[in-house]
Amino acid sequence: MYAFLTGPALWVTFTIFIGGLIIRVVYLFGLSLERDKVFYNHMSFGWALRSIIHWLIPWGSVSMRNQPIFTLAFFLFHICLLGVPLFLNAHNLLWDEAFGVSLWSMPDSWADTLTIVFLVCAAFLLVRRLVRPEVRILTTAWDYTVIILTIIPFATGFLAYHQWGPYELMLILHVLFSQILLIVIPFSKLGHMILWFFTRSVIGVEMGARRGARSW
Amino acid sequence: MSEQEEKLTNTNEQEEKVTSTSEIAEKPVEPKKINTQKIREILTANSGARIRSWLSVCSRCGLCAESCFFYLANNRDPRLSPAYKVKTTLAEMYRRKGEVDADFLKKCYDVIWGECTTCRRCSMYCPFGIDIATMIATARAVCCSQGIVPEGLARTSVNYRETGNQMGMSTEDFVETCQWMETETGEELKGLTIPVDKQGAKYMYTVNAREPMYYPQDIGMMAKILTVAEEDWTMPSYGWDCTNLAMFAGDRALAGQIVKNTYDKALELGVQKILITECGHAYRSAAFEGPYFLGLPGGKPPLEVVHSVRLFYEYLRDGRIKIDPAKKLKEPVTYQDPCNVSRNGGLWEEGRMIIDYLADDFRDMIPNREHNHCCGGGGGYIPMGPEFKLRRMASGRVKAEQIKATGAKIVITPCHNCYDQINDLNKEYQLGVKVLSFKEIITEIMIIPDQFQPDENDDEGDEE
Repeated sequence: MYAFLTGPALWVTFTIFIGGLIIRVVYLFGLSLERDKVFYNHMSFGWALRSIIHWLIPWGSVSMRNQPIFTLAFFLFHICLLGVPLFLNAHNLLWDEAFGVSLWSMPDSWADTLTIVFLVCAAFLLVRRLVRPEVRILTTAWDYTVIILTIIPFATGFLAYHQWGPYELMLILHVLFSQILLIVIPFSKLGHMILWFFTRSVIGVEMGARRGARSW
Repeated sequence: MSEQEEKLTNTNEQEEKVTSTSEIAEKPVEPKKINTQKIREILTANSGARIRSWLSVCSRCGLCAESCFFYLANNRDPRLSPAYKVKTTLAEMYRRKGEVDADFLKKCYDVIWGECTTCRRCSMYCPFGIDIATMIATARAVCCSQGIVPEGLARTSVNYRETGNQMGMSTEDFVETCQWMETETGEELKGLTIPVDKQGAKYMYTVNAREPMYYPQDIGMMAKILTVAEEDWTMPSYGWDCTNLAMFAGDRALAGQIVKNTYDKALELGVQKILITECGHAYRSAAFEGPYFLGLPGGKPPLEVVHSVRLFYEYLRDGRIKIDPAKKLKEPVTYQDPCNVSRNGGLWEEGRMIIDYLADDFRDMIPNREHNHCCGGGGGYIPMGPEFKLRRMASGRVKAEQIKATGAKIVITPCHNCYDQINDLNKEYQLGVKVLSFKEIITEIMIIPDQFQPDENDDEGDEE
């Protein structure tokens, strides 16, 4: 089972994940050429970039400064979400084994701490969804599913690393759910990992290049 | 096929839309049947990369809620959060692939006109920069195509179609009003003229239809300023109404026709620029949205569109208009940034620089500039009429509190809608303020050079 998941299933996962994202972006790009001329007519890389950068910096926008705690949780959540899997020693060993190349690895103790930070932030975001009326009213069952899908790989990875509970099972669940998450990304709101850069550019140009107004 | 033909279908469909709206306006009856085919066409035509991405990436974080004055003014009712308004209207239309019924559209009507002024503040507070207002406008286009439009707006559509202006004023009446103002204001300022249809002038001055209709002195005041600045200007006999309520009614074909009236007249007269009166949405229409209603290449108007705020600032900066220092306003003054002049027009600094010339004690509202809250009367809200008045007063509370907090006695605003709304809020919340436009203040306190001083004795010396 484990061999299958880390073998053929992994190839399929990465193909769907990367291929899916590429297809989605290419499709939207094609559509935009035909139906979103407003963007190209006023395109300005400067304004697009400023719009992106201000929202990549914690508290870099008025909106984020108005919600400081949420911003903190939301940034830590995203940093850990990307950072831990990419720079985890155990993952990099697998890359190295398979292809002889790998990224820089962080010490396991960091990864451990960051995973806890991630889980705390995720719990915060989940609770916020339930508690804040203006967030709850927007939330659908799918939104809860997606955040839980995001949490499971971290929780199972954490348990497997500490060998709490049945190790084999945890590891299999970890790999399986990570793959499910990666496959879901291109077909869901999680596609924002790429699309965010485009939507931010659009509003940056619309407000900035056309009117000089800052969208942050 | 696609692009060209699709556009054609789109236009045809909008042509038909035109008729259905006028029927409604004449006798406001329940729409007979919902044409889902038409709705699907509109949804498809608008389903570009932007709307698709916006609808699919919204992470339901709720950050937009705090940016919306409807939400803030109504006890943070979560149903008033911008994302929820889209979720229950346009997103739902797409989800049902246009298969919606009259009841659903009626519910949408309540949200997209009654709970949003398309001020676009929320798009600056969304981490994705989702342009909610554009989506609300699209939902308005869908409702409008089925004749579901606030009566106040539908009525203006009939007038626009028949006379080219929202108040249904005839060309003769308009020209007569200009002449009347020329005579009357001419007594106060020597050499004042209000040229109509003058070829090749620098500016073609367009107004809000309520000026010739109810406040003709506004035209007189502008004529004074332009005369003292020795401007080369004219007023057009047609296309003079720069307002565009069809834009807010969701009737994009008519909205395009309205701007076209103005563009065409300007091109016919061979003027250099179109000058817009102190009106917010007129500027948004002529300078930003108009080219898209008409599908103009490059998305730019055929000639430069200038807002009065910009022109007044230039006059003061260049000394073409001088303010009498003794007459500068002494009372505390605040500035209401109209959404479509500031956030959506980029003129917030010009507005403040003008006030520097006019007043000693300026107190900015918080928030301000492009972050300012809508007054609550924008997006067609005021002309939508009494049906919406209660809600307008309730959601205007945010603005009323902003004004109160400044302690100002005068609120300056270069927009007719803000002007009316703040006057209403003034009564409702007993703010004790006076609302003024720039031209009212400038004409009152500018220095009138000797050559324009009216002659004491009636002798008509041609050149002194």
